[in-house]
Amino acid sequence: MDNYKGVLVCGEMADGKLAPITIELLGVGRKLADELGEELSVLLLGSKSGALGQDAIAYGADNVYISEDSLFDIYNSDAYTMATANLCKKILPSIMLFGYTDIGCDLSPRLNGRLGGGLSMECSALSIDPATKLLVTTRPVFGGNALATMLSKTARPQMATIRAKVMPPAERNDSRQGKIIPLEDKVDPSALKVKVVEKIKEEVEGVKLEDAEVVVAGGRGMGTAADFAKLRELAGILGGAVGGTRVACDEGWVSATLQIGQSGKVVSPKLYLAVGLSGAMAHIAGCLGSKCIVAINKDNDANIFNVAHFGIVGDWKEILPPLTEKMKELKGK
Amino acid sequence: MNIIVCVKQVLDPEIPPAKFKVDPETKQVIPPAGVPPVISVYDERAVEAACRLKDKNKGKITVISMGSEKAADVIKHAISMGADDGFVLSDPAFENLDSFGTAYVLSKTIQKIGAYDLVLCGRQAADWGAGQVGSILAEILGIPVITLACEIEVAGTNVKVKRIVSDGFEVLEAPMPSLVTVSSEIGMPRLPAGMRLMMARKKQVPVWKAADIGAEASFLDKGNAHTEVTGLSVPSRKIECEIITGATPAEAAANLAAKLANLI
Repeated sequence: MDNYKGVLVCGEMADGKLAPITIELLGVGRKLADELGEELSVLLLGSKSGALGQDAIAYGADNVYISEDSLFDIYNSDAYTMATANLCKKILPSIMLFGYTDIGCDLSPRLNGRLGGGLSMECSALSIDPATKLLVTTRPVFGGNALATMLSKTARPQMATIRAKVMPPAERNDSRQGKIIPLEDKVDPSALKVKVVEKIKEEVEGVKLEDAEVVVAGGRGMGTAADFAKLRELAGILGGAVGGTRVACDEGWVSATLQIGQSGKVVSPKLYLAVGLSGAMAHIAGCLGSKCIVAINKDNDANIFNVAHFGIVGDWKEILPPLTEKMKELKGK
Repeated sequence: MNIIVCVKQVLDPEIPPAKFKVDPETKQVIPPAGVPPVISVYDERAVEAACRLKDKNKGKITVISMGSEKAADVIKHAISMGADDGFVLSDPAFENLDSFGTAYVLSKTIQKIGAYDLVLCGRQAADWGAGQVGSILAEILGIPVITLACEIEVAGTNVKVKRIVSDGFEVLEAPMPSLVTVSSEIGMPRLPAGMRLMMARKKQVPVWKAADIGAEASFLDKGNAHTEVTGLSVPSRKIECEIITGATPAEAAANLAAKLANLI
């Protein structure tokens, strides 16, 4: 276990640049590495990786491992697992950091299974225990209703995935020095069992729920699919998106892809308008990151008032129409 | 085809948070009185996915669940939906295992069950949400894994999976046997039909212990755990909700709009 040293960031690229999450991971990775007095490395896979090596050094990496093989240009779970596992077996990183992204969520658990490490998903904080020098991770559990701290006493690497925008990005410093090291092992394409057949981009009408700055959500109290149209009208005026609770989606009032909550989408808009929903634990998990939560509910004991900043106790049917009118006026100004 | 589905029994996540309490000493949740545990939502979708595959391709669905002996309830739920058989894996040595330990127990169980074409798991559990048991299990079994499925079909000797990614979908293929983790986008689980419900209720669900599946003590030893929970707490939220009132609902709405003016 003592021969495991250093922090390895599993990097990602987007639009020919380092992905923002990778710059954030380099930021927190640098801090952890400095505390341990060890090196920070990053792995970049794909034909653009060589060109971005210097950028990664400027953002704090001591070593940039690259493979410019175009095999890596589209994420393939098998290919990435093999390449990353091969590198890990050589450099024996003590800590590995991944984004809580499409790639990180697929790659990290598999790699963990292969390497026999200890993985914490969706971490909100990372620190080094001063006495033991172990990585301590904090992560939401029970749909964000509780926080757990975890560590790996003996399993290596100690692995963590981190959501985007949780950690501040690393500061760029072009005078930093580092090494760019091409991977020695090639991945044999014939060894890949999983094949990517097709990629389909989803066309979203209006604003994407996860990206919306205003979200209007409805629950059981809405009553019908037709009533959801009223939420859509308000969302439209505010340039926002509509979502629903599990019940609203199960009832078919709103598309299942617009479910907000633990088993649906997690949103963190500036304004979250919760209409006719009580605020079950699983739903709250999907909206707690919102800057301002507003609740409209008949039941003044509804849990949603415990997490809301503003609330109106009353029938949404009497409140929503005048609210929509007022919002229209405000937006018009 | 033979499909094995791994399911977990969890605290019902649809409870109001006021009923949710944790014991910081044991780092466990205190089960609220009068709230029966449920099948984890993604696992129920995995059972649904298995049932759809069986509808189309015939075959047998076996459901396994590691937990207390009460986990027989979630096996019976899966049988009422269309599964054929099930086993509960319960042993004091299985309590509070980490993701690796859980995957190990499931792997030994699957090896005991024998021939299979597909293993299905929910993408993550609704309680601890570690999101890694399926992938570790696939690595232990040495079979391909595809995560976050929203559609699964059989294409000859391959499994063809549409999976969720942030900007849309990917379609992947892997030779069977494979493991697939299922996301909620696969769609609503079916409601159990009357006859099946009766049958499920009567079904005897065998309980397998560590010795029954040949699980070795060293893999279940908490001292060898890959991860350890060192703390569990409910974060306090110091939010005072400002209740907006008015002489009429319209006036309350106008007052609220004024408060939100700077946010829109």
